[in-house]
Amino acid sequence: MNIMDVMINPLILMGVMGGVFGVLLAIASIVFRVQQDERIGLIRAALPGANCGGCGFPGCDGYASGVVNDGVAVNKCSVGGEVVAKKIAAIMGVDAGESVPMRAFLKCKGTHEASPRNLIYDGINDCRSAAMIPGGSPNACPFGCIGLGTCVSVCKFGALSMGSDGLPKVDVDKCVACGACVANCPKGIFTLVPKAADVIVACNSHWKGPLVRKVCSAGCIGCGICAKICPVQAIEIQNDLAVIDQGKCIKCGKCAAKCPAKCIKTGESGQAPELEQTA
Amino acid sequence: MTELFLLFLSSIFVHNILLSRFLGCCPFMGVSSKLKTAQGMGAAVVFVIVLASCMTWLTYNFLLVPLHLEYLYTMSFILVIAALVQFVELALKKLNPVLYKSLGIFLPLITTNCAVLGVAVLNMNENYGLVAALVNAFGSSLGFLLAISLMAGIRERIESNEGIPECLKGLPMALITAGLMSIAFMGFNGIIK
Repeated sequence: MNIMDVMINPLILMGVMGGVFGVLLAIASIVFRVQQDERIGLIRAALPGANCGGCGFPGCDGYASGVVNDGVAVNKCSVGGEVVAKKIAAIMGVDAGESVPMRAFLKCKGTHEASPRNLIYDGINDCRSAAMIPGGSPNACPFGCIGLGTCVSVCKFGALSMGSDGLPKVDVDKCVACGACVANCPKGIFTLVPKAADVIVACNSHWKGPLVRKVCSAGCIGCGICAKICPVQAIEIQNDLAVIDQGKCIKCGKCAAKCPAKCIKTGESGQAPELEQTA
Repeated sequence: MTELFLLFLSSIFVHNILLSRFLGCCPFMGVSSKLKTAQGMGAAVVFVIVLASCMTWLTYNFLLVPLHLEYLYTMSFILVIAALVQFVELALKKLNPVLYKSLGIFLPLITTNCAVLGVAVLNMNENYGLVAALVNAFGSSLGFLLAISLMAGIRERIESNEGIPECLKGLPMALITAGLMSIAFMGFNGIIK
């Protein structure tokens, strides 16, 4: 066997095998072609393509096929909001239904000033890692914002930024309510609220009043003054934390004015005039 | 006949492809967190390994051996397996959408699984005939299904166990479990002489 045979036989064999398989696969792809529902393509084109996963599917492609094949609701895309929901509804020939525009809200006012740090955290610069230390947080308040900016890094829409006071700021106009910050905050401080909501309790602590006072000057102490003063009974104290029913709230702002800890935030939505702060 | 039966048993238990040959460990860790997906993966592996072993046996004995190109087995086996899986996927999509859906994403994933190539190479090394090769392939893949289902069942129970330290939750615990399972499977050693 000379050198040419040694070289050429394998080349021919692999070449022929590859060629034959290629041709077979090409033929198979024509013979076994499956007609895809053209609506999937149309819906995919109508979606924003952010692939944020806010709808609960792995991406826009997944959501598009979910709508067509599994009859998922057409208004799940929080990025596109009502406009996209209407487009998909038109493609599917169904009613878009109501979709309330939402936004992320930070349930914490524990700035560097209001809530002291217990210790200097020197580990991985990520809240999810900092939340694993004994005590659950480097801060005195175990419910509050750790402030390492994990939410900022997971936000794909640039709606979050770290403020100089140690708390992330939500840009209401940029926020599309995809829920990435809600899912990734180890303290669960973020929540999605209607964009129109304007009076919201900015605290996450379920501790009793005296304990809260020790760790934070801006925390809800569960005193219940807000619940008593509310003219429409929209506020309830649940587990030592005031909760406002946004469906009932008339945005009078009386609770915020009377709150001794000043933990009720108002005027953030930009849709209501700045409420009077008569303390 | 007895020999084939013994081969079948030994490929499932004694030489379990995951727990004693350590082939295909990637899906063993990756898709074993839920019992249902693990079974889907296992079923797809059974399907692909048996088909691929048949094809690679034919390739080796009727193509590589006559041409004296046995040393090309790795390359040609990979080529055959990849093309075969692609072809099967296309065909299944059209001919049997139910089976296609139940095998789902696992079918293309298996293309590059070392367990598939491993069984093909084992068949070649041991000089099995076609029937013996198929029996070995079926047994090995059933062993894969068995091991990954056991693992998923255990992991599901571990998930709901509160007592595990934070630092061991998830993958670390799975790795320890895999090690213990492997040791347990060593107990089958020597039952078939």
